[in-house]
Amino acid sequence: MRSLRASEEMMTNRFPKQVDRSTLIQLNGVTKKFGSFEALKPIDLSIREGEFVSVVGPSGCGKSTLLKLVAGLAPISDGELLLAGKKISGPQTDVGIVFQSSVLLAWRNIIDNILLQAEMRNMNKAEARSRAEALIAMAGLQGFEKKYPWQLSGGMQQRASICRALLHDPQVLLMDEPFGALDAMTREKMNVELQRIWLESRKTVLLITHSIPEAVYLSDRVVVMSERPGSIAAIYDIDLPRPRDLSVMASTQFASYTKTIRQHFYAQGSLDDH
Amino acid sequence: MRSINSPIVRPVLLVLFLVLVWDLAIRLFDIPAYLIPAPIDVAVQMYAQWPMLLAETIPTLQATIGGFLLSVVIGVPLAMLIAYSRTIESYVYPLLVFSQSIPKVAIAPLFVVWFGFGLFPKVIVAFLLGFFPIVVSTVLGFKSLESDMIDLAKSMGSTKLKMFYKISLPNALPAIFASMKVSITLAVVGAVVGEFVGSNSGIGYVLQRANGNFDLPLMFSALIILSLMGVLLFVIIDIAEKLMLPWHISNRLATAGAH
Ligand SMILES: Nc1ncnc2c1ncn2[C@@H]1O[C@H](COP(=O)(O)OP(=O)(O)OP(=O)(O)O)[C@@H](O)[C@H]1O
Ligand SMILES: [Mg+2]
Repeated sequence: MRSLRASEEMMTNRFPKQVDRSTLIQLNGVTKKFGSFEALKPIDLSIREGEFVSVVGPSGCGKSTLLKLVAGLAPISDGELLLAGKKISGPQTDVGIVFQSSVLLAWRNIIDNILLQAEMRNMNKAEARSRAEALIAMAGLQGFEKKYPWQLSGGMQQRASICRALLHDPQVLLMDEPFGALDAMTREKMNVELQRIWLESRKTVLLITHSIPEAVYLSDRVVVMSERPGSIAAIYDIDLPRPRDLSVMASTQFASYTKTIRQHFYAQGSLDDH
Repeated sequence: MRSINSPIVRPVLLVLFLVLVWDLAIRLFDIPAYLIPAPIDVAVQMYAQWPMLLAETIPTLQATIGGFLLSVVIGVPLAMLIAYSRTIESYVYPLLVFSQSIPKVAIAPLFVVWFGFGLFPKVIVAFLLGFFPIVVSTVLGFKSLESDMIDLAKSMGSTKLKMFYKISLPNALPAIFASMKVSITLAVVGAVVGEFVGSNSGIGYVLQRANGNFDLPLMFSALIILSLMGVLLFVIIDIAEKLMLPWHISNRLATAGAH
């Protein structure tokens, strides 16, 4: 009974208030077409400053496309896309991006890969280096600074790419299935770590994931997208106290969230279990 | 056992074995010396003619290196233009492929008519043979950048120039080196072809003269020198590659072993 009530409450939260004083990213009827192919139906979504928002949806529904639009890496076809009240045109630079693959440069060792961010932005060298070292320590990569990407495991490479995305202390963190290639245990550790980073820095995070538990565990809100052409099927507020311990995953409240979200995909069955 | 496994010893062993087979085959099947000379005859002739052979190696080497350098200097920038501009690609690429189907041997005499008997026509032929693989492979190298990497660089606010020399160029280097190895061996062929059609110096000229005199041991000597030259130039590029690209997948085993 309780879970039913919980999901009813969540449904009332499906459409958040359109105008919010601290709204950072605002999508009003944003669409995306590749030629005549409609990848995204009109999307309305607003993300508040410091909010952690996850997007789940079946493969090919346009999640990566949505992230690229927000990053300014692809132009929108219609609608309005605002970042801090300004229209996004062209690549955004006050963002950190993490892709599904770590895209590290093979000829640079780990610390130099992280410092690429600093070189591209002409940051102060000494400051950038000490910040990189701090991030490396945070990510548990000490001792691997001088190693090349191929000498690291997939999980370590991904941690390095997260360090690179954080080096310039961006306002917005955009992540496209960053933990998709990791085993379940490493993934949970990374989730805990990511939550800690977010709690400390209160960045605005847009996380795309195939894992419903991951989305629920980390997010303030979970956006559920529907099959092609992509559109928003529902948005759920996740009302779990922070900081969240991994044991929260065993709670009935957590289970009711994942169950409700999973129901969107019964027909497709295309999402991973954690 | 260790010495047998060294990368230099193995090919030498194979060559010794082949020389042995060569010698045995001549004895076994009674092959006359005017068809295939015995290894010892070749060795004797090579020793006798050594100063001349060495002197004639120099112009061939010059033509080869000249043609090769020209291939790199023209091929790599051309490949960059092709990789970055669809328009240039659509104009130039078909023409390049077409130019490759013209037999170089057939047009080599033309260069002699135009440029005389000196070094230049040989360099041109060596260049014509050497530069196509460089263009093809370098274009591929510049185009094989992950789109996520490009997006990432854009989000870092990278300028086009920084993107080029920090990301695109290093990314293309392995392909460039691979093509240089093909190019240098083809440049040797080109230099010799150039010497065949119009020259009074070089190993190609020695080869032609020996052919006319039915001096098979000298011919074989010249061939051996050409092969050695090709191998030597190849090895030099290979070493340069290993020094410059220790990170590349093809060089990783070597660095791991050196630890
Ligand atoms: N550059 C492009 N040109 C043409 N079509 C594209 C392009 N990028 C994406 N698409 C199409 O848009 C749709 C959405 O792609 P997208 O990569 O956003 O999906 P996704 O939700 O991220 O999928 P996955 O979960 O598998 O990563 C797909 O049908 C894809 O074929
Ligand atoms: Mg995707």
